[in-house]
Amino acid sequence: MSLVGARVLRKEDPNLITGNGQFVDDLQPTGCTSMVFVRSTEAHAKIRSIDTAEALALPGVLAVWTSANIAQLANCPGGLPGLDQPLLAKDVVRFVGEGVAVVVATDRYIAADAAELIIVDYEPLPAVASLSAAMAPGAVVLHEVLGGNTVHFQDFENPLDDVFAAAPRTASLHIVNNRCAPTPIEPNVCLADWGRSGLTLWAAFQAPHHLRNTIAQYFGIPQDSTRVVAPDVGGGFGAKINFVPEFFLTALLSKEVGRPVKYTQTRSECLVAMLHGRAQEHDASIAFDNDGRILALKLTVTQDQGAYPNGTGMGLPVLTTAMAAGCYRIPAVAISWRNVVTNTTPVAAYRGAGRPEASYTIERLIDLIADETGVDPVEVRRRNFIPVDAFPYATHSPLAMYDSGNFAGALDELLKYVKYDELKKEQEKRRQDPAAKLLGIGFASWLEIAGFGPPGSLEAFGHLASWESAQVRIQPDGSAIIFTGASPHGQGTVTTYAQIAADELGIDFDRISVKHGDTAVVPQGIGTMGSRAVAVGGEGVKTASGRVYENAKRIAAHLLEASAEDIIIEDEKFFVKGTPARSVPWSEVAWKSFQPLELPGGMEPGALDSTVFQQVPNFSFPSGAYCCVVEIDRETGAVNIVNMYLVDDCGTVINPLLVEGQVHGGVAQGIAQALFEHMLYDPSGVPRTSTLMDYLVPAASDLPGYVTGRTNTPNPSNTLGAKGVGESGSVGAPPAVVNAVVDALSHLGVKHIDMPVTPIKVWNILEGAK
Amino acid sequence: MIPAQFDYVEATSVADAIRLLAEHGDEAKLLAGGHSLIPLMKLRLVTPATLIDVTHIKELSYIKEDGNNIVIGALTRHRDVEQSELVKKHLPLVAHVAGEVGDPQVRNRGTIGGSLVHGDPAADLPAAALATGATMVIAGQNGERRIAAQDFFVDFLETAVQPGEILIAIEFPKHTNAGWAYEKFVRRAMDYAIVGVALQLGTKPGVALVNMSNKPHLAESASQAIAKGAAIGDVLAVINDNTNPPEDLNATVEYRQHLARVLTQRAFATASK
Ligand SMILES: Cc1cc2nc3c(=O)[nH]c(=O)nc-3n(C[C@H](O)[C@H](O)[C@H](O)COP(=O)(O)OP(=O)(O)OC[C@H]3O[C@@H](n4cnc5c(N)ncnc54)[C@H](O)[C@@H]3O)c2cc1C
Repeated sequence: MSLVGARVLRKEDPNLITGNGQFVDDLQPTGCTSMVFVRSTEAHAKIRSIDTAEALALPGVLAVWTSANIAQLANCPGGLPGLDQPLLAKDVVRFVGEGVAVVVATDRYIAADAAELIIVDYEPLPAVASLSAAMAPGAVVLHEVLGGNTVHFQDFENPLDDVFAAAPRTASLHIVNNRCAPTPIEPNVCLADWGRSGLTLWAAFQAPHHLRNTIAQYFGIPQDSTRVVAPDVGGGFGAKINFVPEFFLTALLSKEVGRPVKYTQTRSECLVAMLHGRAQEHDASIAFDNDGRILALKLTVTQDQGAYPNGTGMGLPVLTTAMAAGCYRIPAVAISWRNVVTNTTPVAAYRGAGRPEASYTIERLIDLIADETGVDPVEVRRRNFIPVDAFPYATHSPLAMYDSGNFAGALDELLKYVKYDELKKEQEKRRQDPAAKLLGIGFASWLEIAGFGPPGSLEAFGHLASWESAQVRIQPDGSAIIFTGASPHGQGTVTTYAQIAADELGIDFDRISVKHGDTAVVPQGIGTMGSRAVAVGGEGVKTASGRVYENAKRIAAHLLEASAEDIIIEDEKFFVKGTPARSVPWSEVAWKSFQPLELPGGMEPGALDSTVFQQVPNFSFPSGAYCCVVEIDRETGAVNIVNMYLVDDCGTVINPLLVEGQVHGGVAQGIAQALFEHMLYDPSGVPRTSTLMDYLVPAASDLPGYVTGRTNTPNPSNTLGAKGVGESGSVGAPPAVVNAVVDALSHLGVKHIDMPVTPIKVWNILEGAK
Repeated sequence: MIPAQFDYVEATSVADAIRLLAEHGDEAKLLAGGHSLIPLMKLRLVTPATLIDVTHIKELSYIKEDGNNIVIGALTRHRDVEQSELVKKHLPLVAHVAGEVGDPQVRNRGTIGGSLVHGDPAADLPAAALATGATMVIAGQNGERRIAAQDFFVDFLETAVQPGEILIAIEFPKHTNAGWAYEKFVRRAMDYAIVGVALQLGTKPGVALVNMSNKPHLAESASQAIAKGAAIGDVLAVINDNTNPPEDLNATVEYRQHLARVLTQRAFATASK
């Protein structure tokens, strides 16, 4: 029986749901001290002076540092040279929440009290807290070396003016993709212990080897004595692949005070200091004919980079523009982008990272075409889909070579669940009844780029490489340990990898463990991001398991005096095809694999231990079709999701339970962006949503039930056929929700509403229409 | 999110609490469920020198019938008010409102007294106390005094409870078999109301508004209009009298006043059923 495809319960859960998980903050080594930040309360200001005398005098305080203490040190890695964030602000602060000073004390309360005693004298400067303010003529400049606030501008190769001029119809939208704060349950936490035998850094992080490589390089210390451990990690959503000053500061301060130093971000700090996501504005135009067939697309993405652009942040508009055409065959596509700095929290990858922004805009445009031409939105999609026989399909972007998909198939599957005609009649009926709630039906046929990635892809973001490591090691008793460089933080990878290995090795699922997150244990690794853990790392587990299994068969054949080709396995027993009476159990094969006298000629002990650096030739392209049905209260403007139908195509499913979990979570985050979450600043750069009372993360009670379905076009870039599903929901949900809201209000002439769709926004529209 | 230093003492009785309040003076705060006080302390918006924990005073946690009143001890948890058969029978509005506060964790910790003394204009229970015409029983060094709910709420987060005093009980007149409704408009189920309307019909009707003023707000003209049997239109015309709604990310003044009208109308429809 194959375990791949089975609804196996998670190996991770017994520990986590009984409170026995081990997160960084649970660690309390002897002598552990606590670090607390003083963070800037100003969005843009010169630092005149910092008075630390009173803080230093507080009993229990071991160190107080400002930039003066680390003047010779380089800025925080991961940024752009010359524009990178100092570990502690030097002379100038550029966003509210930037670290200005740190205190280390014997406990967290003393450290916090001492931080309160530090007096920072600021000379406020004008601040730019939005893209328009930052780009306005005469705007204050954040980084003098730039001379302005644009970090990078990529112009159109060909703006397609002639195509648009000649097109029967055109339409345009200005779209704001709202800034979100990732808000994982566990904020940034790290613990550094720099002693005689080297530096150990425990960190809530998605890519521990990446951090190990970087921190060793930063301090000029050898990697053999630099260890990074990411134990249980409570969610990351992309925010935990960024290097942040606390990693380097806790390490330095541990060396300074000679004791372990821990930093646990508070919830309030997390909202302003953990890197944000989205924060794009789009100027999109589309040319089409009277039948709704698309002729050309033109998109300019303006990316708010926050105060200090970083590598992943700079990559966001690249991914957005690469995926701009979505599931559609668009004869001409013109893209352009601009990266701009503002006095706000820096922006980087957040679940979907650039692809939700792309799918949102193209799916809004599709509905706009429907609205303009009167062709049904479902039909507009059908008329423009890339057909099944067109794969591999080269897009306008060299990054996005679509390798598989069946967009019409997913939409057909979706419409089996959605009673579309009935809903449309109901919508019409309700429009006539002023007492009834308005009904809206929204579709999204979405496509994303995942499974990062082919050689060179992650290198572009500063990683060592784009493979993922997998080591499969058989123990002498025939149980197996898998070491993976993917560093899961909630995905359930321990379970899926054990499923894959169980199938390949013929070893019981319960006798397979998966180890991850510790650079002293896992040979090398890249990490978990870009929906790559199964498509790349899982493929590696399959490859390594296959190699081990081949050697095990050779040993079994030797013991059974048969030929390896004739050996098969069942119930953990090897036997010769057709003669089940004579068998040798896995445990015996394993035991003897370590005994030279028992091995076939030419085989060395340790043959049942294989390490693979799995490469893949291309990205993967998960896709799907979603439908959202909303009701709108005409009197209050409140939007309520009545139904959400989700058809995902993530290729081969390793574990349906975990795929559903990822889809539910991703869709929750998509709905959150569409209806609830918005990190807002006032014009002076002060965050207006700096607590969870104002930054509205929805809870289970605020989300609908989901109807989930599936189609399967296997991923041709790996033998598993799996594409990845971690980010899909956040790519597909926002356009489905907003299309539904706009559909509900379309009889009032509404063409677009920016996210989040709040009650007051809708109420203002309804009032305006009266 | 890390509170400043404070001392902690436990009061064993009301008399003990009053003694400790006198001993520790202005710098002390009573700690009940902690669900308003501790968040403020974590943000260092309040920094009491001493917390006097009153949650161990068992005598203040009760719900009892007393003639025409239902009396609820100040330390009774929201959850117990929500579940009480007595409250459900004689004060269904109060039981329902208690069940609308925050989420289950909050309702299992927060106390009715804490919610009332905190005096947050956005809180639910103060509106229920106003609409039902409750009376607060306050104890201090000079004994007990009683004060009507509508005189109890003084200003933003300020009530008639003076330094050295403790709220010990709330006396609610029974509203058995009378119409009632609570309309709470929120973006997330667990949130404080953007606007709320608590409506009590019957012989002593009252309507109170949540988050429509700098303090929990009794809509006096509307309550009087209801008492006189005015038509709904006339009630709606005065529902926003004397309100002073805040402006925030969720609502403008105009939107809040609109919501107050819409929710009042809905409350009437529900209560009259
Ligand atoms: C996540 C969350 C969501 C919430 N949502 C809501 C909501 O939707 N609606 C709502 O109405 N409330 C909400 N609350 C607040 C909650 O109802 C609080 O429990 C309540 O407001 C305060 O009661 P407490 O017992 O926790 O008081 P505490 O926090 O202990 O005390 C509050 C104040 O009252 C004083 N005090 C307490 N008891 C007495 C007494 N007997 N005599 C004199 N002074 C006293 C204290 O000194 C303090 O100043 C929420 C709270 C949280 C944390």
